[in-house]
Amino acid sequence: MNGPFDFTLALGDDALVAAQRLGEWATRAPEMEEDIALANIALDQLGAARLLLSYAGELEGAGRDEDALAYLRDDREFRNCLLVELPNGDFAVTMVKLLLLAAYQVPLYTALAGCPDERLAAIGAKARKESAYHLDHSALWVKRLGDGTDESHRRAQAALDQLWPYHHELFTADPAAPVDPATLRADFDAVVHPVLAEATLTRPETGWTPGGGRDGVHTEHLSFLLAEMQVLHRAHPGARW
Amino acid sequence: MTDPRTAVAAVVDPEIRVITIDELGILRAVDEDPATGRVVVTITPTYTGCPAMDVIRDDIRRALAVAGHPDAEVRTVFSPAWSTDWISADGRAKLAAAGIAPPAPRGDGTAVPVTLAVRCPRCGSPETAQLSRFGSTACKALWRCRSCSEPFDHLKAL
Repeated sequence: MNGPFDFTLALGDDALVAAQRLGEWATRAPEMEEDIALANIALDQLGAARLLLSYAGELEGAGRDEDALAYLRDDREFRNCLLVELPNGDFAVTMVKLLLLAAYQVPLYTALAGCPDERLAAIGAKARKESAYHLDHSALWVKRLGDGTDESHRRAQAALDQLWPYHHELFTADPAAPVDPATLRADFDAVVHPVLAEATLTRPETGWTPGGGRDGVHTEHLSFLLAEMQVLHRAHPGARW
Repeated sequence: MTDPRTAVAAVVDPEIRVITIDELGILRAVDEDPATGRVVVTITPTYTGCPAMDVIRDDIRRALAVAGHPDAEVRTVFSPAWSTDWISADGRAKLAAAGIAPPAPRGDGTAVPVTLAVRCPRCGSPETAQLSRFGSTACKALWRCRSCSEPFDHLKAL
């Protein structure tokens, strides 16, 4: 990332891919209330994605709107972090992933709300309120799972061990960006570390730190996600409901 | 010909049909150009992903056309971000009458506020419990009354 376009595109892609993944839980969640909750969170992410991608298209100035950016790019052109494209796994994986994402998005959107770019500031001020609910919801579930039964603890710890390496990518320094992601690290730690402690989960040591999403180098999972998300639009270009 | 502000203010929210968009606080401005008669309406969404926005835009244009203002444009702004504190007193009373518990004041906006007691909109009891912090629409949570056993919607403070 460097300029405002790349930055805005990356944030929009994070939200769009997260929305698509969360949407996969519809009709499959462990209980009705959680089904509704995950669909609602997906809708919030999609709302933020639409605003960010629309603005990215304007910054680019090449005539691409939100639909062109969402449906007509291939995986190498997506700039989302790897974390959001990983498969949902079990409920513990989904909740730990949401915790890591929300604990990044809350300080990110809060910082955006104070940035000089008026459009990004308006989006940040709007989205941070919704992200606060996502953070609250996922933190409650991670505590409940981690400090629950032996089985829920085992699954929550396994989810954390699997996902932890991927969160480092979120804080890769980029001093030229409207908000340097490296400056968000302290706020993330201040929220996540106490939640993990209360959940009796052990924070993995820093070892492998996969990245590349911001440069368009993704896991194989993104191609399958995009295939499902884009197939209708590509099969029927310009179709309207 | 009806005053454009009056016509637009009467448009009801398509998901919560007991309250108007004016009472909900999402109607920000109605400006009529006296020379051309063109009306520009400015609205703001409750939630970024609110799926009702397209219907609201259509309803506003339809209401203006009926009121004699066919030349209308609806603009959407995001700043300042909508807050449940913008719901009018009349709007809150209508929500409660329709069985939807109105939101508490939201605090400073930096953290999720803690709501100590949400009163049941049917029997008034404060003995209520949250079933799910996410409900039938993006702006509502699902609650249940322990006194009368009825489930009810609660408009989340935002």
